[in-house]
Parts: sequence; structure tokens; C-alpha cells
Amino acid sequence: MNINSRAIQDSVEVLSNKKVGAYNHMVFAVGDMASHAKPGNFVAISVGGPSSSLILRRAFAIYRSSNRGAYGGTIELVVAAHGTGSKWLSERSVHERVDMVGPLGTAFGIPTEPVNALLVGGGYGSAPLFGLAEVLKARGCRVDMVLGASVAGKIYAPLEGKRSVNVMTLTTEDGSAGVKGRVTDVMPQIIERNQVEIIYSCGPMAMLEAVNQVAEGANVLHQCAVEESMACGIGVCMTCVVPMRDSAGVIKMQRSCIEGPVVDGSQVVWGSERKIAQGTWGAPQ
Amino acid sequence: MGSPTVSEFQAFDFRTKFGSRYFPSPIFTASGCAGSGKELSQFFDLDELGAVVTKSISVKPRSGRPTPRMAETPSGMLNSIGLQGPGIDQFLEIDIPWLQSNGARVIVSISGETVEEYASLARKLRGINSLHGIEVNISCPNVENRGLVFACDPVASRAVIEAVRRNISGDYPIIAKLSPDVTDIVSIANEVVAAGADGLALINTVLGMVIDVDAKRPKLAGITGGLSGPAIRPIAVRAIYQVHKALPQIPILGMGGVTNGRDALEMIFAGASGVSVGTATFGNPSAVIKVKRELLEGLRSRGFNSLSEAIGVAHV
Repeated sequence: MNINSRAIQDSVEVLSNKKVGAYNHMVFAVGDMASHAKPGNFVAISVGGPSSSLILRRAFAIYRSSNRGAYGGTIELVVAAHGTGSKWLSERSVHERVDMVGPLGTAFGIPTEPVNALLVGGGYGSAPLFGLAEVLKARGCRVDMVLGASVAGKIYAPLEGKRSVNVMTLTTEDGSAGVKGRVTDVMPQIIERNQVEIIYSCGPMAMLEAVNQVAEGANVLHQCAVEESMACGIGVCMTCVVPMRDSAGVIKMQRSCIEGPVVDGSQVVWGSERKIAQGTWGAPQ
Repeated sequence: MGSPTVSEFQAFDFRTKFGSRYFPSPIFTASGCAGSGKELSQFFDLDELGAVVTKSISVKPRSGRPTPRMAETPSGMLNSIGLQGPGIDQFLEIDIPWLQSNGARVIVSISGETVEEYASLARKLRGINSLHGIEVNISCPNVENRGLVFACDPVASRAVIEAVRRNISGDYPIIAKLSPDVTDIVSIANEVVAAGADGLALINTVLGMVIDVDAKRPKLAGITGGLSGPAIRPIAVRAIYQVHKALPQIPILGMGGVTNGRDALEMIFAGASGVSVGTATFGNPSAVIKVKRELLEGLRSRGFNSLSEAIGVAHV
């Protein structure tokens, strides 16, 4: 078995960096790294510069990738500058270079037949869903999208991203955009109305858990991109684990960077933060 | 400056030795920082390394600790993994054959909760002559009971190394991994060497803690964790220096925050015969290769012709 057999480490150039609402949309010239990037994959970037006290990489879901264009292969990211590392990245100017490793992790599974898909994103977790929407649309799928956030400014929904979406529904907790409430408040009607056959989600773990409940209640497949803090992004540090049931039903602590980030929602043992789920392989006696 | 050519490597004697085994380069991975080896093989050839030191393996599978397991700190990180692993049987069946078929020299790191578990792990390994040694991890801070940190107690440290030595042939290199969290590391080093250790790995992580001030509770689910990265490098250099001064004949595998060639030089000059790269790999998958290249450049530019003549030169 090869691990990350498509991954490349490279110094890549910032081609563009634009503020979009609460986020930065950044484009990087990545050469061959783009050719194997799929929706759901992520990249890991060194932050802070050579004398920085920030020693760990930061992981970012790929928003879009293209392997042909004036600059060769490009990867686009949506950066939320809410920590020291992401703030540093968001301040990079055009032509500066950053050290990037990618593409990493699992990708969203694409159905072989056209299906009715519902894509659910929280905050900037919507980023990888637009690339996924394009792929699904090209396969003849119906693509509906629900994006939620606490306030309107935290929803990432660029115009160009909407082209592949049949109907976009927004929810905000304060009602400043779209429906007042959470993504799970509007999902059941959409699932029923459009006869949704698969749900794809990306966002905070609490949202993914809630989405999974709706998916299970409606008996719809659910693939989600999980989020757990990572030190390396390449599978060596064992910090980003999520308890998952394997095909034999055994719970194992799986790395969200290698066995994920995209996993089958029904296999995740939800609500296990700060405890080892009962029955986990190798749990303390 | 580009990579040294093959002939440059040959002109410089970069070899090092632990017990009966020779290694073509003194740069190793650090236990628990190289996964199964497969993950890093995407970024460089494993035979470039002196050896891969595997993640400490236990008798039975271990789930490790719950999440959150990690907190970044200034120039460092806390981890609380808790020795997650598949157990020795699966490890010997899957991981070791893969590493060896990919050209890696392998030092197996073992961890037990009792002296008998260490003995049992040693018995499992004694038939595999192709290994380059055993690292006996008696110093992992991420165990439920701090009383289990053998390396904090000279008597317990001695008992573990004696048990491993009794169960494995005399020429099989044993490297004891010690904790810096002791009052007198030299006294622990003396005990494990007397018990049959051929070399010492210095240092394991330093016990630390971070509190989430918004949640008003410890950041890690395991409450405490092991601090690694450049933040602990001076502690490692001090430990290497002290132990080399007391036991100049015992080879030391130095580690603790090594990120570049200069850091590795510091450890060699303090008395290390080899250097492991750990946390730096998390920030840079090819850190081990960078350290190897820069160490060679650093030694040559300072007029050395071999690694061995540089070991311990900082001692006055």
C-alpha cells in the first residue's frame, strides 16, 4: 500500500490573494501538484517564515485546482485568518513563495451514475464543496447546496462557485442572511423534495455530527470531511485521529489526514472527544 | 549550495556505531515521529537514513489517548498520543518486513508497562538478526500512571534493561531512552549501562501542560503531554553533555528539537554519536535529509574528516 503516493513538497508562488468577506481567496502556482488534486484533498503549508516559532504545518482544504492555464497548475484555497499561522498566510503578497505539501488525504467519492446530491458546508468549510459541485454537475448529478454560518459575513459563497449548483440555500444563526437557524433545520425538506441520494458535508465536527443524524434519519449516504487538529498532515504524528468503525465493526483511532479527511459519516463514532469510545481496539483495560 | 555528490559523501567518513552495529550516516528518525516509515518514503529513500527508529511498540494493541492530543507551543508542541499502536505481533508481521524490503536499517523501539512486558518484547525480537538494535523506551511521559515512568527511578530503569539483556543475545545493541525529567540523569545513565545498555537515547519529551483559557481546562484530553521541538533543545544538549562527560565510551543518540545541521552539530560536539530528527519532520517531511546534508557540510567546513573526530569536542 502506498501512502500519499501523489504528494509533492514544493516551494510555490502566490499568484493572487484577495479578501472575500471574512476570508482570503488565494491562488498558488503549484505545477504538477495540481494534476492529482481532487475535491476533498488538502494541502499542508509551512507558516511564519524561517525564523518563526510556529513549527507545525497548517492544513487547508483545496477550494479548486486546475492543471491548465497561463500559470500551469494552480491550487486555490480559502483562508480564514483566525490563528497566528493562517493570519501569516493570509498576509502573503503576490510573488511570495510558501512551502506546500499536497495533495493529501482522501477525496470525496463520486458516484458512477447521475444522482441527486446535497452538499452541506459550515463557514469556510464550504470551500471544497464548490470543486465537488463542478465534478458532480459534469457527471449529470442534481446538486443542491446548503451553507450555514453564525452570521452572513462568515458564509463563503462566491459567484463563480454557484454555477454548478441547482439551488443554494443559506442559513445563519442570527438571521442576517437566508433562513434563520442551522443547516440541519432546512436539510429534511430539501432531502425529501429533491429525493436526495447522497449528502456531502464539510465544516466543524459538531455540524458534521448533526448532519450525520439527519442523514441517518433519512437513510441517505453521507460523506463528510472531518476536522481534528493536525501536527504534520502526512500521517506520522498520530495527533489527528478520529474513532472510526472498520468493515468488521471494530472501532479504531484513524488518522484524519490519511484515512480521512473524507470519511463515511456512518463509520465515525461521533461525540468521542476527550474519551476513548467503549470497545475501541486497544482501549485501556 | 546544492546537495553533496556521492563522492563527497565517500570522501568523508560519516559512519557511526552503536554496540556491534555500524550505520553509514549518523542521522536517524526519532521514535514516534516517522509513522511506519511508509509515510516518509514518499518524500525520500529510507536507506538515506542511518536508521529508522520505529514508534514504540507494546505487547498488545493500544488505542492511545483521546483527542485533543496536540497543542502547539512557542517553538514546540505538546503531544499526548499515548503510544497508539497495533501491538508487537502485527508490527512484526507487517511493518518490519516492509521497512527492510525498502532498504531501511531498523531500530525497534519497545515500551512496556511492566518489567515482564519488556522481557516479553525482547523475546519476540531476539530471533530477528537483521535488526540494527532495540531502543528501550523507559521514558514515555504519556502513560496513565507517572509511577510507570521507569526512567525516573534508577532501580526500575536497571530492572528493565537487565530483563531485556537477559532475553536477547549479547551482541544485539540495546539503546536505553532516558527522560530529562529527573534530578540526576547521570545516575540513571550509570544504572542502565551497568545493566547492559550499549547506548543511550537522550532525550525523550519533557512533561508539560497547556491550559485552554477560554474553556478553562487543560487543552489536552490527557491533561499533560510531552513537550518536543526546538524549545527543549538546550535541555537535550545539556543532558548529552553531562552524560558524555561521565560515560565517554557510551555512544549517545541525541535528540530534542533538531531542525537543521547546526542543531545536529551542537549535539555531536556535546558528545552524541548520532542524532535523531523528530518533531522537525512534522513541519517538514524531508527534515531528516536536510539535517543530514547540512551536518555533513557543517563538519567539512569546520575541517573535520570524519564524524568520530567531532564527537564530544565541546568538552574542555
